[in-house]
Amino acid sequence: MSNKLVGQSIRRREDFRFLRGEGRYVDDIHRAGVLHAAFVRSPHAHAIVKNVNADAALAAPGVVGVFTGADLEKDNYGSIPCGWIITQRNGEPHHAAPHYPMTRDKARYVGDQVAVVVAETLEQARDAAELVEVDYEALEAVIDMTKAMEAAQIHDEAPNNLCYDWEIGDQAQVEAAFAKAHHVAKLDLVNNRLVPNPMEPRAALAEYDKGTDSYTLWSTSQNPHMLRWMLSGNVTDIPETKLRIIAPDVGGGFGVKIYCYVEETVCLWATKQVGRPVRWTSDRSESFLADAHARDHLTRVEMAMDEEGRFLGLKVDTTANLGAYLSNYATSIPTYFYATLLAGPYATPAIYCNVRALYTNTAPVDAYRGAGRPEAAYLLERIADKAALDLGIDPVEIRRRNFIQPDQFPYDTPVALTYDIGDYEASLDKALTMIDYTGFPARKEEARARGKLRGIGLSSYIEACGVAPSSLISRFGAGAGLWESAEVRFNATGTVTVLTGTHAHGQGHETTFGQLVADALGVPYDDVEIVHGDTSQTPMGMGTYGSRSMAVGGSAIVKACDKVIEKGKKIAAHMLEASVDDIAFDDGTFSVAGTDRSKTMAEIALAAYVPVDFPDGLEPGLDENAFYDPLNFTYPAGTHICEVEIDPDTGVTEIVEWVAVDDFGTVINPLIVEGQIHGGLAQGVGQAMLENGLYDLESGQLVTGSFMDYCMPRADNLPSFKVGYTNTPCTHNPLGVKGCGEAGAIAAPPTLISAIANALGVDHIEMPATSEKVWRMARSAAAAE
Amino acid sequence: MYDFGYHRPNSLTEANAAVDGATDPVLMAGGHTLIPALKLRLAQPSDVVDLCAIDELKGIRDDGDALVIGAMTTHCEVAESDLVMSRIPALASLAGGIGDPQVRHRGTIGGSVANNDPAADYPAGCVGLGATIHTSKRQIAADDFFGPSFDTALEDGEIVTAVSFPVPGKAAYAKFPNPASRYAIVGVMVAKTSDGVRVAVTGAGHGVFRDTAIELSLADAFTADAVAGSGADEDDLNSDIHASAEYRKHLIGVMAKRAVTAASG
Repeated sequence: MSNKLVGQSIRRREDFRFLRGEGRYVDDIHRAGVLHAAFVRSPHAHAIVKNVNADAALAAPGVVGVFTGADLEKDNYGSIPCGWIITQRNGEPHHAAPHYPMTRDKARYVGDQVAVVVAETLEQARDAAELVEVDYEALEAVIDMTKAMEAAQIHDEAPNNLCYDWEIGDQAQVEAAFAKAHHVAKLDLVNNRLVPNPMEPRAALAEYDKGTDSYTLWSTSQNPHMLRWMLSGNVTDIPETKLRIIAPDVGGGFGVKIYCYVEETVCLWATKQVGRPVRWTSDRSESFLADAHARDHLTRVEMAMDEEGRFLGLKVDTTANLGAYLSNYATSIPTYFYATLLAGPYATPAIYCNVRALYTNTAPVDAYRGAGRPEAAYLLERIADKAALDLGIDPVEIRRRNFIQPDQFPYDTPVALTYDIGDYEASLDKALTMIDYTGFPARKEEARARGKLRGIGLSSYIEACGVAPSSLISRFGAGAGLWESAEVRFNATGTVTVLTGTHAHGQGHETTFGQLVADALGVPYDDVEIVHGDTSQTPMGMGTYGSRSMAVGGSAIVKACDKVIEKGKKIAAHMLEASVDDIAFDDGTFSVAGTDRSKTMAEIALAAYVPVDFPDGLEPGLDENAFYDPLNFTYPAGTHICEVEIDPDTGVTEIVEWVAVDDFGTVINPLIVEGQIHGGLAQGVGQAMLENGLYDLESGQLVTGSFMDYCMPRADNLPSFKVGYTNTPCTHNPLGVKGCGEAGAIAAPPTLISAIANALGVDHIEMPATSEKVWRMARSAAAAE
Repeated sequence: MYDFGYHRPNSLTEANAAVDGATDPVLMAGGHTLIPALKLRLAQPSDVVDLCAIDELKGIRDDGDALVIGAMTTHCEVAESDLVMSRIPALASLAGGIGDPQVRHRGTIGGSVANNDPAADYPAGCVGLGATIHTSKRQIAADDFFGPSFDTALEDGEIVTAVSFPVPGKAAYAKFPNPASRYAIVGVMVAKTSDGVRVAVTGAGHGVFRDTAIELSLADAFTADAVAGSGADEDDLNSDIHASAEYRKHLIGVMAKRAVTAASG
């Protein structure tokens, strides 16, 4: 491959439409005769729905219908599935409670869908929704995870509100390590609940075509094929051939838009029922209530060490909140996307983790940027700092002593993964240089003279991206393989249409995939069109999440390009009257080795569609597809270091420096990668000091239900990030890429908390490290002095 | 939102008529509190009387010992006014710190004063500077105008027309914003006036109040070092997910010190 475009910071071509307001989102799509859906949502966290009286609503102006879960049940609409079966410690599968599209018995969280009103206008639907009389019998709200196992039972299927009790690792080995340890560092940690809040709220538009008995569903989906599969395979009787899902421009996903949701399922059902298109667009209040939330772990972590601070064994005990219902992948996040990362970049020889996942009367919890890996990196990096403090070792040095060394790869961790490659010390050293680590004491003194407490903190994270090798995740309990597909279709004039099973919702695939294909085929970048997001156009694919699109989807594209070139060589050989073995392909030209005879890619494409001068027996056309099943996860890693200054009078923390050194393997477009780092860091900083999803422990009301109370990170909360790279190319995919979408959100929380704790001279401060918490600790620290 | 009648009068007389003719009217200035409440269906007025087209409610004029700011003057206009910046820079600074640029280009002083959000900035500005609120019916001293949260001396249909601010000797406003809403968790206006030192606090309590302990501490020496801790009773202060009463009380003292420093600078 001649690297003309790969590696260049090409500006995103999709930004022309996005920045000028010309994107086309679900809510921008108009269908004649469309009706509007408004949901009646439970005001109770936990209540029996005794009766729904829709008489007044049905009589209201513009109302076409009022429906409940019972109506969908009559049409055989089943439960929205959870696609990942977790095998418990006792060998049994997890306690799977159903999640019907609109409840059939009880409301299980504030915002749970109880009924839907379909009306001519949105305001009429909302007016009528207020007239639906629901008779509730309120039950005890189960909010506090620490008491959930003794509280009222939410699902008949789940005694003690336990979804699963799961473990990984060798407990006996860990106990032996602890028995011989010189010291055990311990921490109790909260990984705070987050409400992701992509800029575009979820939306759905469903249209039924009576003539063909088929449906089209426009959805803000990160993975339209998976959505169709779930709707056809689990929820409805509609065959995939009669259901087209279109995910057009989507304004941010971060995981929230992976899942099949009640609202779009109800629109799908309702459009046939009422015989007209039905749409729903979430408002921000509904997003807060009913989008999948994230994180929400309580963890005790213990690290056993020898005298030199070498890690001997790691013991982790986690309680994870799954919310009221199982979202599609909820079960996998606090298990296989979390505990399998507990080795981190360290050669800890023995690891054991026990996770109890609970149902509570809160919104469902599922993957969000990082998905399990931020939780793992957070606890590991916090305990690494604690270990260093306990033993009086520099936090940099304790990490250095425990890193897996470059000559140990491939490295089998004690928790089921095999890291293919990495050089953790290289990232650490580069980050230390970039931030001038040795100059920190002088900066701290200078800050002290200004009345500020300056602190420095770091984290050396690893994550697993490129989900995922199908056979491996199948062993872990996944219900689907996670390969990816691509079709590379030359048009007769020499332009190229690339169809991908991934989906872009801010990642810039139209640009990066274009760079890839232009280089691979030697065609002009502007002649490459990337198509995604429509099940009727693109081949079956698994969508975009887990930083998989380039590593898995890009690899499929490269494979398909290779097939195109192979076929092109046969055509060129015929046209140039040479043997196929003598045809060389380089930069868009097929030539006969050692001669000046050649054909361009465009000439070959034209010949393929006008197959007159054509090899005997070769099919016309130049259109190849490929499927790529990754051989392993990819393992991006790196070190982030930040410095903060705390105003001890107010507790306000200012982030003054941030250095991010990441090893993403090959970088296709540094501009886009840097943007991904910045965005991830912003969300990670949000978790570490601003964001906190809180429910009232008694009533179960969402206390942080708007931006007035839920604090999203903003530009003025963030420093100017300094970004650097190291590169150990991934060994098992053709591009050498690893994935970059989640790294910032994984690295940021432990980095920032490390720096704040360092500034305060304390072992730990809980997330979010709000100004009041910081002020209290600063005051206590000052009093102790 | 629910349906409502919409009126855009061109004069106070027309506005009064629109209010009198409606069963449950609401006045709209910049709309930054009202419109979200309407969208969330938390308010259901019969009629919205939009004051945006009434020219007599706009503008800033120098009245000798005071500045008079029309009720429909936006925060941005106050923040960027040469007159305000030269005569009462503390007020320009306060207005420039409200919300974000979008809010400052729509939100108005009259709307903020009439709404009396307990975490809004202008109530502290008015009370701290000893302002007078002019209405369609009378003039009310700021000390008498603001009640507890969202409550004011305004009667039904009474329209705020202007606020006059006596020019202080020295003044400054220091705000500790809520990181989420950017309203004040604590905002303190400190002013050295001909009538003595005034210290007004917003955000911390159920409405703006004067912190007499701090005022007394500054009576002899108007310096940051002289600032005493807040005299507020913690039981009277707000305590919520963003800040405890104890933290708010502490911040009153810190913000007062910073305001005094800024005023003296």
